[in-house]
Amino acid sequence: MESLVKTAFPFIVYSIGILLAFQGVLMIVAYTVLAERKVLGWIQGRIGPNRVGPWGVLQPFADLLKFIFKEDLVPDKSTKFVYFLAPLVALTCALLPIVVYPFGPSITTINWREILPFGLGEGITELPMTIARIDVGVLFVLGITSVGVYGIALAGWSSNSKYSLMGGLRSSAQMISYELAMGASVIGVVMLAGTLDLNGIIFAQIHSPFRWFIIPQFIGFFVFLISAFAETNRVPFDLPEAETELVAGFHTEYSALKFALFFMAEYVNMFTVSVMATVLFLGGWYVPGLGQVLEPGSIPYALVSHIAFIGKICAFLFFYIWVRGTLPRFRFDQLMNFGWKFLLPLAIANVIITIVLVYFLNS
Amino acid sequence: MVGSALFFVFAGLAIACAVSMVYHRNPLYSAISLVGVFISLSCIYVTLAAPFIAAVQILIYAGAIMVLVVFVIMLLNLDDDKPLNRLRYLYAVGGGLGLILLVQTFFIFYAVMRAPQQAVNGAETVGKTMNIGRGMYTEYLLPVEIVGVLLLMAIIGGVVLARRLAQPQLELVVDQELDERGLEEEKGDYRVAI
Amino acid sequence: MEPSLASYLALSGILFTIGAVGVIFKRNALGMFMCIELMLNAVNLTFVAFSRYYADVTGQLFVFMVMSVAAAEAAVGLGIIIAFFRNRQSIDVDDASILKN
Repeated sequence: MESLVKTAFPFIVYSIGILLAFQGVLMIVAYTVLAERKVLGWIQGRIGPNRVGPWGVLQPFADLLKFIFKEDLVPDKSTKFVYFLAPLVALTCALLPIVVYPFGPSITTINWREILPFGLGEGITELPMTIARIDVGVLFVLGITSVGVYGIALAGWSSNSKYSLMGGLRSSAQMISYELAMGASVIGVVMLAGTLDLNGIIFAQIHSPFRWFIIPQFIGFFVFLISAFAETNRVPFDLPEAETELVAGFHTEYSALKFALFFMAEYVNMFTVSVMATVLFLGGWYVPGLGQVLEPGSIPYALVSHIAFIGKICAFLFFYIWVRGTLPRFRFDQLMNFGWKFLLPLAIANVIITIVLVYFLNS
Repeated sequence: MVGSALFFVFAGLAIACAVSMVYHRNPLYSAISLVGVFISLSCIYVTLAAPFIAAVQILIYAGAIMVLVVFVIMLLNLDDDKPLNRLRYLYAVGGGLGLILLVQTFFIFYAVMRAPQQAVNGAETVGKTMNIGRGMYTEYLLPVEIVGVLLLMAIIGGVVLARRLAQPQLELVVDQELDERGLEEEKGDYRVAI
Repeated sequence: MEPSLASYLALSGILFTIGAVGVIFKRNALGMFMCIELMLNAVNLTFVAFSRYYADVTGQLFVFMVMSVAAAEAAVGLGIIIAFFRNRQSIDVDDASILKN
């Protein structure tokens, strides 16, 4: 019995952690959709959804129910296997990066040996607020999000519709172009931090003289933010689903729950790039001066840091919605010119400036 | 135990995807299968304590090279591969080569089995980013520089290949070339020069 | 129990064989290109396995080099394939016989 519990314990703990993290992220994403409709409404001088529940707060659940009960149409001449695979790829790749998010600082003040039975707490000194701490967190997130483009490209190809195909083509070209600029803008932060681990980058910001890397890496932040808009196919870079030109782009032929998967993937991707921007440039969960008020490692400290982390992410999400309500869409050649001739040289210049900066900081 | 199970799962997946890549005549199915191979290999790299290589494998192979290939397949709107038409002897050549390589593989398998190797202790730290970076910029600086030059050459080559001369300019070039060769009657056919 | 070095080499050998046979059996240039990528990956696997079993970073560094070469190959190779398609409306390597006559 005791050995069974000991074997099962890590699985149970990880299951609870994964469940909490995914549930939390999906709830935030659901309410991002509502917030987007509300804020867009205010920007355009309307009220927005207000019928389901008080001020429309139950709208996301009503939407979900609607998606589930809609008729699921499959185009006759589509390539069935790929057609079903595409939304799964999109959502899986959007959700996978959650496992490395640093949601908050580790809690070190709980004495696990007293709380847990069967001597399970032996040797446990901290409760990390991350599911997996891996050495190459930044590369992991960049890699997984870049695999996500297959979802869109395959959806466009398998639907057997020219609008979908155009959307998929645009998406893959756009992703390849802006991924370069995004990767180059991250290099500056990685050089300053000296690590690719997301928690390590936050600690490097705490110990650096700048506190937040947005100060020495302002150009990098600018490039990262713009490429993040392109990577998530949001306005003003939403060419893969430009409704005025391509009906609905890559998801023209998708309906019901399969469309809902694409829809969710887009918002989870927004969340992911917001997390990355927060961790890389705004110090993640770190609030300057909080260590003097609360004891680092205690539960209140972790909670306040966690709330600060979510707050920073929500600020980014609001920025996304604000931009969507304000800016028109790029033309495709403008998009390519902007990415290759402006953002990429700027990011490389930033790398060179950062090399000089790091050299003087270390000498 | 867990290590073995993971290895056999991902090895089986990699081989299945590789076979499916060669089997399918539709280039897009081949490409999807190849992405499957890359992802399974990346998982095997993680079990081999090489997280950096695993992440780079996903980022470069699955995220960049194969996206380009899928882009080209969609751009050219390719049909299924035709069956072998006139080079039928290639079946025999391919089968023979495959047989020889497989036999060689099993020979290597037995040769290495005789001198069993245990993983060196402390090998977990080798794959850390810091160690790879240090090796790259101290001991192996020259290969890294050469790879940099190679990539620059590839960029220039890609630009040259993709560049299309504007039509009037192209006709001038072709006409001049044909004049020099004395081929007056072939003027007007600019297809070959694009 | 960890899998032995020999199992990794066997996997690599099998993948390499599949890739080599594929290069011969495939008739379109993109398929051949993908088979070559598979062979490169098989070699990468041996590099990483040896690097693990000898605790030496060299193997992983050379995987990195191989990946850069593969990226360069992709850029130039796909450029050639597109240029060829523009001329011939096909990427079948049997059609690349203009030098014969």
